[in-house]
Amino acid sequence: MTEFTPFVRTDMLEQREPPAGQRGIILWARENLFSGPMNTALSLIGLVVILWLASHMVPWLLHGVWNANSLTECREIITATWGPDATGACWAMVRERWHQYVFGFYPMDLYWRPTLAFVLMLVAIAPILYQSLPRQMMWFTALYPFVCYWLLWGGTIWAPVVVLMGFGLFALVFRLLVSGLGVPVSAGLGLVAAAAWWLLVQTPLSAAIHSVLPVGLRSVDSDQFGGFLLSIVIGVTAIAASLPMGILLALGRKSDMMLVRTLSVGFIEFIRGVPLITLLFTASLLLQYFLPPETNFDIILRVIILVTLFAAAYIAEVIRGGLAALPRGQYEAADALGLDYWQAQRLIIMPQALKISIPGIVSSFIGLFKDTTLVAFVGLQDPLKGITAVVRADINWKGIYWEPYIFAGVIFFLICFGMSRYSMWLERKLKTDHR
Amino acid sequence: MAEQAIDRSKMMVSDEVAIQINNMNKWYGQFHVLRDVNMTVYKGERIVICGPSGSGKSTLIRCINRLEEHQAGQIVVDGTELTNDLKNIDKVRSEVGMVFQHFNLFPHLTILENCTLAPIWVRKIPKREAEETAMHFLSKVKIPDQAHKYPGQLSGGQQQRVAIARSLCMKPRIMLFDEPTSALDPEMIKEVLDTMIELAEEGMTMLCVTHEMGFAQAVANRVIFMDKGQIVEQNEPREFFNNPQSERTKLFLSQILGH
Ligand SMILES: Nc1ncnc2c1ncn2[C@@H]1O[C@H](COP(=O)(O)OP(=O)(O)OP(=O)(O)O)[C@@H](O)[C@H]1O
Ligand SMILES: [Mg+2]
Repeated sequence: MTEFTPFVRTDMLEQREPPAGQRGIILWARENLFSGPMNTALSLIGLVVILWLASHMVPWLLHGVWNANSLTECREIITATWGPDATGACWAMVRERWHQYVFGFYPMDLYWRPTLAFVLMLVAIAPILYQSLPRQMMWFTALYPFVCYWLLWGGTIWAPVVVLMGFGLFALVFRLLVSGLGVPVSAGLGLVAAAAWWLLVQTPLSAAIHSVLPVGLRSVDSDQFGGFLLSIVIGVTAIAASLPMGILLALGRKSDMMLVRTLSVGFIEFIRGVPLITLLFTASLLLQYFLPPETNFDIILRVIILVTLFAAAYIAEVIRGGLAALPRGQYEAADALGLDYWQAQRLIIMPQALKISIPGIVSSFIGLFKDTTLVAFVGLQDPLKGITAVVRADINWKGIYWEPYIFAGVIFFLICFGMSRYSMWLERKLKTDHR
Repeated sequence: MAEQAIDRSKMMVSDEVAIQINNMNKWYGQFHVLRDVNMTVYKGERIVICGPSGSGKSTLIRCINRLEEHQAGQIVVDGTELTNDLKNIDKVRSEVGMVFQHFNLFPHLTILENCTLAPIWVRKIPKREAEETAMHFLSKVKIPDQAHKYPGQLSGGQQQRVAIARSLCMKPRIMLFDEPTSALDPEMIKEVLDTMIELAEEGMTMLCVTHEMGFAQAVANRVIFMDKGQIVEQNEPREFFNNPQSERTKLFLSQILGH
């Protein structure tokens, strides 16, 4: 028979540090790099590969020359400084031509316009990215597309103002009809009214006002756009437009109405089944045949529309995944409280579905932004192929190979990495379910 | 729950009809879930619905706020007949509160926002007023101090009480409960039942699917037993438990009370 001693604890123990070897860098390395023979071997192989790569790249990067006027001069300086066998990067090209990577062939004396548009863009997207900023800033965000268009393309200020009036018309029609006809029908009629306004009234009215009150900036043509200016214009517009469109497509795909569902599914599957390049060629060539010959349908606008449609189809599928992940109880609770379909979608379903879909949506955005380089194939000056070809055509920089790609690549990386980090931050911030 | 402790003075049943169901039938595809259901609920009644799993209890009360559509017969709630007319459906839903087995709180909104959402958007009540009402009902269910937390930070019992408060914020005339305590641990069941008893004492019309027979005996004025999509027996609780008439009821009661 075992004895036991009665025991009552009178003092509670304080928290203590774990013993040495169980904390800090040594523990980390042991657990992560050398936890077994297999892991140790892989760690060593990895180390060798990294060292080998570094031994080739680091000298090349370190030997880089910033001050030179041509590739030949770069090479001479490298040979003179580091010996005949040394290789090195010729960053002088970047120093001399960076402005073309950024602005393309935009007139140099007007660089302030895209620069200002970019700064204003940061102001405009700030309240979207950070909910803690005052909501009144959204007014500027709503106006920004028009300001931006005017700054970049110039021309009369009345053109964007009259376009804006078209949106006003849409809002008016919607407001007047929504209580009687419901959201989809009144939105559709509003759209018809706005389209009629833009097609029929737009040009004569803005010209008329301009003749009375000529306010305008020097016009810049679309074919002068290039580099990251072009990428960001296409990328940001398509991102901003594809999200709402993707949401509508995802809802359409789940709709009870046969026609809406069929159209949504057909659209999504068609777009996803066709390469983006095909759509871009359609934008540049085919539309020209179908549209009446006198219409002057801007090539950048056409590209933006097709990139938007393309991204929207993918985003719709990502959001559909988010919708499917919501328990049925959420729809039922919203219904049981008397919320109508659009209220339930806006207040209950979408906030949760979008939150679940953030990683997928941001992946689509990143893909979209990188895909903007494909506009090179329809003759636009994208930063990767278009501008690099221009730079290489210069006799001074003929034969330069890695540097332009590295330069453009680094900028793409920074932007995409920024988007990715932001999405991770947003996910953490919106995490309220405490699972 | 001692029966004496409950104040029945206000639990008067009026002769005004709250819900009228006539010859209602429902199918899921080929499966006949509800068969010729007839039922009249008067204002102030507390009805407990019980029956074996799959007998159609949930389906029946979900038809009352049109979460499920019935294919034949008539359902009239507070004078409004449920048809395909969306206006009528929304009207009925805003008059009828519902509490679910799995709470179905909105996880992305705080407790307070959960409670004010429908009053603000459906009833168009100003935000401040809606928040005052919400705090009133949250105090009633004894969790005013959790108002700014998210549902995921609350215990099951607390979440269910929030769900009740959320429904009450719409000032409903009728409350439906679908097994409100069966997803809860035993020690939390009591806090939810206490809230429901308090509600009954205030004269709320209640339809409650539950297997809490203590609650039925203490609060209900009528117990309905369902099997295979039909109402098999209904009676006032004392008679229902002590003197069941049909064989199915006797078997069911022996199964849930027997051990
Ligand atoms: N959406 C549906 N589609 C097809 N059949 C369904 C559906 N929902 C329920 N049923 C069936 O209808 C019958 C009644 O279901 P109901 O949920 O009303 O039962 P219940 O009495 O509430 O059971 P429980 O006590 O298990 O909740 C069951 O046989 C169930 O399988
Ligand atoms: Mg059920």
